[in-house]
Amino acid sequence: MRYSAEEIVEVYRMLREEELDIRSVTLSVNTLFALTGNLESTIKRLETLNQTLEKFTYAVDEVSGKYGIRVVTKRVAVSPIQFFLESLAEEEGIEIAKFLDKLAEIYKIDYISGYSAFADRGFTKGALKTLKTFAKALNNTHRLTGMINAASTIAGMNMEAIKLYVNEIFNMPPTSSSRATIMANVPPDSPFVPSAHHGLGMPEATINIAVSGPGVIESAIRRSNPKALQELHDVIKRAAFKVTRLGELIGKSVAEKMGINFTTVDLSLAPSPTVGDSVAGIIEAMGIEKMGGHGSLAALAILMDAVKKGGAMATSAVGGLSSTFIPVSEDSVMIERALEGYIDFYTLIALSAVCNSGIDMVGVSKSQGMDKVIGLISDVLALGITLNKILGARIIPVDSPPGSYVDLGGLLGKVVVMKLKDVDVSGFISHTGYVPSTIKRLELG
Amino acid sequence: MLYSYIIQMENAVIIVVGADKPGIVAGIASKLAENNANIIDISQTVVRGIFAMIMVVDISKCKVSLAELRKQLQEKGKELGVEVQAYHEEVFRYIERV
Repeated sequence: MRYSAEEIVEVYRMLREEELDIRSVTLSVNTLFALTGNLESTIKRLETLNQTLEKFTYAVDEVSGKYGIRVVTKRVAVSPIQFFLESLAEEEGIEIAKFLDKLAEIYKIDYISGYSAFADRGFTKGALKTLKTFAKALNNTHRLTGMINAASTIAGMNMEAIKLYVNEIFNMPPTSSSRATIMANVPPDSPFVPSAHHGLGMPEATINIAVSGPGVIESAIRRSNPKALQELHDVIKRAAFKVTRLGELIGKSVAEKMGINFTTVDLSLAPSPTVGDSVAGIIEAMGIEKMGGHGSLAALAILMDAVKKGGAMATSAVGGLSSTFIPVSEDSVMIERALEGYIDFYTLIALSAVCNSGIDMVGVSKSQGMDKVIGLISDVLALGITLNKILGARIIPVDSPPGSYVDLGGLLGKVVVMKLKDVDVSGFISHTGYVPSTIKRLELG
Repeated sequence: MLYSYIIQMENAVIIVVGADKPGIVAGIASKLAENNANIIDISQTVVRGIFAMIMVVDISKCKVSLAELRKQLQEKGKELGVEVQAYHEEVFRYIERV
């Protein structure tokens, strides 16, 4: 096998200067073996996770050390709490939440995800209890994350779930609401929090990988300065292939070391607040002076298609959300453009038509009330079930006025508070029930 | 410029970036020898307009893990005033080959 100096320097540059790293190695593990209907025995059974997490932490550190590749976060996804709460009481759900949080802390797991429930068309007892304890569970923990799947192409969209969800996040500080999301069509194998959970149909335990890499794509575009769109597409595709390959290598190696399955590389380009690690930076490298300008959607569509084609060639384990995220607070360029007014809610919704970003890590002012937020989330989820896409909303209610920002620090960055339109939507959102599944559903049978 | 590898070996690629001055090759090479890591190939190139040395090293008989070897080389690099990185060869195989 032979490598030229140019190839070696290219890899070195990606890893050292273009912020290429593994955003997350996520262990997804079944915890339904602990369903006993009794809190004490449930916790007792969950204690076997101690060995699993110890093994996991060791394996990730070993692999990261061996290859010289930075793994930014270690995460664990567990079976949705909903199943436990079908028979346990609300308060007991909080106890499980605290137990999982403690476990994550002990093993230096950055996030443990699965305070989650499915309520696309209605509520089981467990789903309702999950929603009603959502704020309390997240407010009493630091590393636990949770998701409510409130819509799906198959089942429709549950307006009641959206209302309950918004009521909960209005009772959370940003440190909690940044660990909560509401989704349409959530996948069972996502490495990304808060949507990660051990989904149905998965093996007992599996490794899912999230790669970073916007910096690699941006640099590749800036270096090659392509003239034709098909050249631009090709440059992105090649760079995406390389980014994804790194995820494949690390995922396979960790899984092998643990003796479990490796199922997913999420192709999504995940930005970080570090300068030069921005998805909006890629769009601007494509010639849109400021992300949000007209043409941004077309540029993003080209980016997404090329990333998917390059990524699909790089791994046979495609899964998770596999599009791109544009969490506004976590993307250095997006923060600026949002503060400058080039990015507003409708821009984000439009961009969601071609990627998976939805409304991610955006602040709303509590003074604008819950109704508009319910309306906004229904917009995002409706797009999800209409286009048959995975979409979500991670909204951060704050006391600050629109136009300001709240700095959460670290990977979470600066949360910009965007203005919701001053229009009364109470008439629409006061409808009860669910939105029937769309005609897309009938394409499936 | 091409490097040849023998399949059975376990190789690492070491990249040393910094001003070209006497003692750098010797310093890094002695650290490698101490740990029983065998240099297969050395070449020079330029990274960001700065002198860079690429070493391909057989670590199959290395006394320490690559993580530990990297740490030692980076400490040595600090003394010598150069930046040292060490990656497993598989990283290059995965990223640069279909």
